Amino acid sequence: MDFPVFHLDFLGNRMLIALIAVLHVWINHAFAVGAMPLVTALEWWGYRSGDDRWDRLGYRVLTVCFVVTTTFGALTGVGIWLSTSLVNPYAIGSLIRIFFWAWFIEWLVFVTEVLCIMIYYLSWKPMARRKKAHIAVGVALSVASWVTMAIITAILGFMMDPGSWLARESFFSGVFNPIYLPQLAFRTPVAMIAAGWLALFLAYFFTRSEPDLRRRSVRFIALWSLAWLPAAVAGALWYWRAIPVWMAGNVPVALGTQRFAAWYDQLLTVLAAMVVVVFVTGVFGVVLPRRLPRVALLVPFALTLVLLGSFERVREFIRKPFVIGEYMYANGVRVADLPLLKEEGVLHHATYARVREVTDSNGVAAGAEVFRLSCTRCHTVSGVNSVTDRLGGLYGPGAWDRDTVKYYLVGMHTARPFMPPFPGTDREAGALADYLVDLQRAPRPALGAQDVGARPGAAGPIGGGEEG
Amino acid sequence: MDGVPIPKDFLLPLPASAGDLELALVLLFLAHILFVNLMVGGVLLSLAFEIRGLRRPSYDALAKKIAATVTVNKSLAVVLGVGPLLVINALYGLYFYTANSLTGGAWILIVPVVISAFLLLYLHKYSWAALADRKGLHLAIGGAGATLLLFVPLIFLANINLMLFPGRWLEVEGFLSTLALPNVLPRFVHFVLASVAVAALFLAGWLCRRGFDFETALPGLDRSVIKRELLTVVLAATALQLLAGPLVLATLPPHGLSWLLLGNLAVAVSLGIAALVLLWRESSAAGPLSARYWTVVVLLGCTVGLMGLTRHLYREKAITPHRELVAAHTADFRAAALGAEMRLAAGTPRIGAGEVVASPGERVFRATCMACHDLDTRRVGPPLREIVDIYADNPDGLIAWVKAPGKKREGYQQMPPITMQDAQYRAVATYILNEVFSLPEATAETG
Repeated sequence: MDFPVFHLDFLGNRMLIALIAVLHVWINHAFAVGAMPLVTALEWWGYRSGDDRWDRLGYRVLTVCFVVTTTFGALTGVGIWLSTSLVNPYAIGSLIRIFFWAWFIEWLVFVTEVLCIMIYYLSWKPMARRKKAHIAVGVALSVASWVTMAIITAILGFMMDPGSWLARESFFSGVFNPIYLPQLAFRTPVAMIAAGWLALFLAYFFTRSEPDLRRRSVRFIALWSLAWLPAAVAGALWYWRAIPVWMAGNVPVALGTQRFAAWYDQLLTVLAAMVVVVFVTGVFGVVLPRRLPRVALLVPFALTLVLLGSFERVREFIRKPFVIGEYMYANGVRVADLPLLKEEGVLHHATYARVREVTDSNGVAAGAEVFRLSCTRCHTVSGVNSVTDRLGGLYGPGAWDRDTVKYYLVGMHTARPFMPPFPGTDREAGALADYLVDLQRAPRPALGAQDVGARPGAAGPIGGGEEG
Repeated sequence: MDGVPIPKDFLLPLPASAGDLELALVLLFLAHILFVNLMVGGVLLSLAFEIRGLRRPSYDALAKKIAATVTVNKSLAVVLGVGPLLVINALYGLYFYTANSLTGGAWILIVPVVISAFLLLYLHKYSWAALADRKGLHLAIGGAGATLLLFVPLIFLANINLMLFPGRWLEVEGFLSTLALPNVLPRFVHFVLASVAVAALFLAGWLCRRGFDFETALPGLDRSVIKRELLTVVLAATALQLLAGPLVLATLPPHGLSWLLLGNLAVAVSLGIAALVLLWRESSAAGPLSARYWTVVVLLGCTVGLMGLTRHLYREKAITPHRELVAAHTADFRAAALGAEMRLAAGTPRIGAGEVVASPGERVFRATCMACHDLDTRRVGPPLREIVDIYADNPDGLIAWVKAPGKKREGYQQMPPITMQDAQYRAVATYILNEVFSLPEATAETG
């Protein structure tokens, strides 16, 4: 409401953040938290057995991890900031005022981690004669990576505990919420397993001319992954079972929704699939390392991504309809401002509205503005989580009745507790219904300020297409 | 301020005092920009020396040595950028995010562009031996990485510039139009010159440090020649700032200037000129680095520090008038929001023309049920007639269903459970079972 509205009408704004964030979490888990101890183990095994080939393999795996974490890993981390400032600036600006020091600590931890990996990687060859000391650096790096994850998981938990900062202002009540330990117990072995499958895949490339080393390394790494599997199953189940308990204490409305139930069941399926695939390919790798087909290595690796992504979704899901518990709705409207917006209108109070007043003749144009201001943080017109798809699911493909849509808009937060209440006047709800019904008639994308600027009354496209 | 957007500020307190945050911003940003300069300047110098190495092969090893420093400096540049980003978000979020949104496409491109640039630079570094016989290709890879990398400061500069000028916010349409604002390109030149100077100054110290076996590491090169060359680069790039600097100052909109700022700048420039004189002497002196080198480092460090402070003074002065308007608007809005909250709590919200005045049950019905249930015809769910037939004289049964709907009807969508207050369930059940079909009109509109 106070910023020019950035909008991606195909990908969807939340999907932009989700893609960047999940990629970041996955790289962090597989290429850093899990990979560092595995590489250290390879280095140690080479040192202990006096077989230099293990050392070379470890270094090559580490090279890949170094390149990936310092490019994709680091930049997706920054990308989370860059994207949230576009997608929901009023929310991230408020969150920064609440969680500044938590994020500041997180940043210091990140700086430390980057320094550690620089030292470990770049000193591998210079310290070739001081292997013991270098392995100690690897152990320190492994511990530091894990501590990084533990601290950041704590901070995430702190932020996901809606309202605690308001009501209790207690940092630790948030940190030690009921899902913190289960979450950590789940993430740790999954990171180790993901790193195992990554290393297996890489080992295939790095041992092409050394069949003996290939056989041994496949067995070594498959054993590594299998060893972590029981912990992963236990951790995932613990986490899975802790979610409803935690939600019951935090977001009672969300617990009852059918979407949560569906998601919750689906999660168990993904979990079971991962366990089976990791187990089967792992046993295969240990027993018949020569026969393990290369494509079989990609499947479990990809599954760890799916699993991590699914668990990340829970954090988004349970937040709704808020982006900051009890303080701000997902569309950036403060809870305390809602009564005023309902009286005087979102158009009246928006800094950059192109239409200020709903009249008898400008319903579609005014509705397009209401849509941009109130809905586009989560919905697109024609892409991911499309508003026309959602309404089509409800009212079917036949021409929608404008008044029915309007009543739905005004009351949807009661039937759909994850939706924020409509933040405008009755007439604005009518205008939004005009626009939505018109979209069904003549679909056209909504454009963001990054393309058309923020000028009120600009002659440019309104909601992506000329009105009427 | 006609045509100047006045948003409302965040309604939460800053995490620390504004003064502390401003100090943190200036210092953390200097740390970040130092490594950005080392990264960008290092890439450019590495390429320049590699080109030189085409004719004098001993320079090729020097270029590779420089590329190795970029590996560390670029990662520190990125990770040290997050701290000042956090502080600028806290202090200037209202201004910064507005600029981000208006340049959104380019802003988010930073992520893939930097990733690609870094990957190309890794490829450049790690293919040095493999492509030794195909120098054209090798230089092209490095050149592509450098070009991509140089695009990134342009995006940041466009944002940092646009955020200071609310009067321009309604004018711009996309990233390219923000590049055309007067101050952006001069600042870019200023930045690139600084990067080359900082990196060359660092490399002179790094390659000529005691304990570094120069002759073994870089056979065929003379330490004092390299020292002289690098310091000459520093000298030239810094001297060119005497042209670029005034251009930056002249293209700045004047409303952020002040005598304090100009005085500050004068001190910074004087220190810089003193450094230039010493640089000239040091670069023309034979032999290893002398103590003069460190005097130059300190003097230029002070110059850069004062420049950072100057920048901050300009920023504060430029946005203060707008900030005051924002504060006034925010206070008005806050009072209005509080008034509306109190009216709502008292049960007397203002209702706009043409809106509905209805019984409590009807209000709940319109807000919650009407999207799916009509009086006599099927919408998403069955019509009220059928519901009345089933639950006549059984409001508790209806309420129980609404709270936890049972099995869905054949051919209908499953009804979601409805969450509201107990009084609202009661009111809507009364409305459905006793009012809706007995009142003369289902709804009453007021003028």
